[in-house]
Amino acid sequence: MAGEPAPVSWELLGAGRQLAGALKVELAGVLLGQGVEGLANEAWAYGADRVYLVEDPVLGPYRTAPYARALVELVQRYRPEILLLGATSMGRDLSGAVATALGTGLTADCTALNIDPATRLLEQTRPAFGGNVMATILCQRHRPQMATVRPRVMPLPPRQEGRQGELVRVGIDLKEEEALATVLEVIEEKGKAVYLDRAEIVVAGGRGLGSRENLRLLEELAGVLGGTLGASRAAVEAGWLPPEYQVGQTGITVRPKVYFAIGISGAIQHLVGMQNADVIVAINKDPEAPIFKVATYGIVGDFLEVVPALTEEFRRQLAARST
Amino acid sequence: MLQMVVCVKQVPDTAEVRINPRTNTLVRAGVPAILNPYDAHAVEAAVQLKEKYGGQVTALSMGPPQAEEVLRRALGMGADRAILLSDRAFAGSDTLATSYILAAAIRAIDRETPVDLVFCGKQAIDGDTAQVGPGIAARLGFTQLTYVMAIDGVDLEKRQIQVQRKLEDKREVIRGRLPALLTVVKDLNELRYASLPALIRAARATITTWSKDDLDLDPASIGLKGSPTSVRRIFAPPARPGGELIPGEPRQAAAILVAKLVQTKIIADK
Ligand SMILES: Cc1cc2nc3c(=O)[nH]c(=O)nc-3n(C[C@H](O)[C@H](O)[C@H](O)COP(=O)(O)OP(=O)(O)OC[C@H]3O[C@@H](n4cnc5c(N)ncnc54)[C@H](O)[C@@H]3O)c2cc1C
Ligand SMILES: Cc1cc2nc3c(=O)[nH]c(=O)nc-3n(C[C@H](O)[C@H](O)[C@H](O)COP(=O)(O)OP(=O)(O)OC[C@H]3O[C@@H](n4cnc5c(N)ncnc54)[C@H](O)[C@@H]3O)c2cc1C
Repeated sequence: MAGEPAPVSWELLGAGRQLAGALKVELAGVLLGQGVEGLANEAWAYGADRVYLVEDPVLGPYRTAPYARALVELVQRYRPEILLLGATSMGRDLSGAVATALGTGLTADCTALNIDPATRLLEQTRPAFGGNVMATILCQRHRPQMATVRPRVMPLPPRQEGRQGELVRVGIDLKEEEALATVLEVIEEKGKAVYLDRAEIVVAGGRGLGSRENLRLLEELAGVLGGTLGASRAAVEAGWLPPEYQVGQTGITVRPKVYFAIGISGAIQHLVGMQNADVIVAINKDPEAPIFKVATYGIVGDFLEVVPALTEEFRRQLAARST
Repeated sequence: MLQMVVCVKQVPDTAEVRINPRTNTLVRAGVPAILNPYDAHAVEAAVQLKEKYGGQVTALSMGPPQAEEVLRRALGMGADRAILLSDRAFAGSDTLATSYILAAAIRAIDRETPVDLVFCGKQAIDGDTAQVGPGIAARLGFTQLTYVMAIDGVDLEKRQIQVQRKLEDKREVIRGRLPALLTVVKDLNELRYASLPALIRAARATITTWSKDDLDLDPASIGLKGSPTSVRRIFAPPARPGGELIPGEPRQAAAILVAKLVQTKIIADK
């Protein structure tokens, strides 16, 4: 990881802790970057027994070649049985290069990881075919068994303040010329949707909204709850919300406490992006809409009536509770 | 002049692929095969660079003989030639073996005329791994530039390319050395309609086919044997436990639902 750690790193430590427990081995974290030593405390707090730290100016901005070299060298020296990375754009960029250099197997975008107690093999389960199919993948003879894990799929482990571990500083001879690339600029794409993947409450609309104007009703509901808007691809394609708001296979994966699906039919490509929500509320006028099959609570009706009623009720009941 | 190779994959239209819940096997019958949508943008990007800087675009696909169709589509979009890698021994390749075979073919092309740029899609919509592009780059030692959403320019003299990468909440402007491998997202360009003469040319073009014997390959590194990962089982995604429909008029239903969420503290005051 470089700079700001991706939250998925801590989720990986949670998953890794369970695997390490099943195998009765140690759990280590890897910190690559420049000026990242302070993050070791975080890694210990989230469950790492040991942290391998490689600090080097060449690792300041992320570039594939030097990061891959550093990680490959660490693996060759310390020989882990399992290596997990977050399935972020950076993690996917890096893992493919590293697995190839190591000549080992790599399973993408896992949603479940288990140890088979008989064989000690890592069972890696992942969606494929756009979420229509789940597959369990094994890497039997090559080590490490490598997997990327989709953000927001594994729960964040509790943070154990003050938990300490071992720090192993590793020097690797990296050269700027071998980085092959220079990062010229990083432009923040701002907007609320940036935080969609971390939102606790998502109020998402689909084609059923009928018009951009009707989005106002969802904004009001989101406003009362402190939630964030989301969209199906159909709503994005209609131009009602920008692409950053799209939830699903080709959009963002969310894991909020509550996901409101409003005028969204529940196509599989949408479901894969939100079915890990703790609670799903579906509002749809078609009682046969597939979204009701995954919804915790459903209301069959016209959102033009249901959503304003919900907003008003939340306002009333939340006010009653806080007085 | 740029020598470019675009890797294109034939994929089932995944919206239609289902699992037979009794046998846990893929139901592919009647599912149309298409050019992987991201790869279409990769072809378009290469053709646009050819229009700007001159050069040649080779479309490359590994797959069964029917994969010829996606190569003809690439030719219709403006690729100059197409190569199909087809051999029973390639079947069952995972991403490590697939990138090994594709990299071997790119090396063979490189021996005729040195390759400057390789294009891949961000990911294939069936396997969905996004691993083949980085695998090829690692094997060839090319500069790896993934999630490319814009190509700012190529400097042929300095042998550099400048692109913008689409990251979660950022856009990164990065300059890389040639030769480079790019994986592309759909924002990169708009697809154009193929012209009639181009389509006719594509339909008539001969497609070169290479088997394992045409390439410099270690038989232990291809197909099932060369694949460290194996699919132990496939199954339908588990359904979430069934939910509760809240009856009543909108206002009534809303009051009941809100009470459930507020009382269980699922939604508390913000
Ligand atoms: C490769 C691929 C990738 C894709 N990726 C994504 C993705 O990332 N995210 C995504 O969302 N989709 C994605 N899709 C598209 C997906 O298949 C669906 O087409 C899309 O999700 C449908 O959006 P929708 O539910 O808003 O629209 P529809 O399916 O048209 O549903 C609209 C719903 O609104 C209801 N409705 C209408 N009027 C009202 C009303 N007044 N009150 C209440 N309900 C009403 C209708 O009953 C209907 O159920 C992808 C498709 C493919 C092929
Ligand atoms: C259910 C299932 C799950 C799988 N999971 C894994 C896994 O976790 N790890 C693993 O290593 N393998 C896995 N595989 C095997 C993998 O799908 C194949 O190796 C496949 O050939 C390439 O992977 P992909 O489709 O994910 O391509 P991606 O890596 O997503 O493709 C990216 C780009 O590479 C290029 N490309 C890919 N394949 C070709 C080709 N045949 N010809 C030309 N260009 C190509 C295209 O430009 C494409 O856009 C799985 C297969 C199945 C059926």
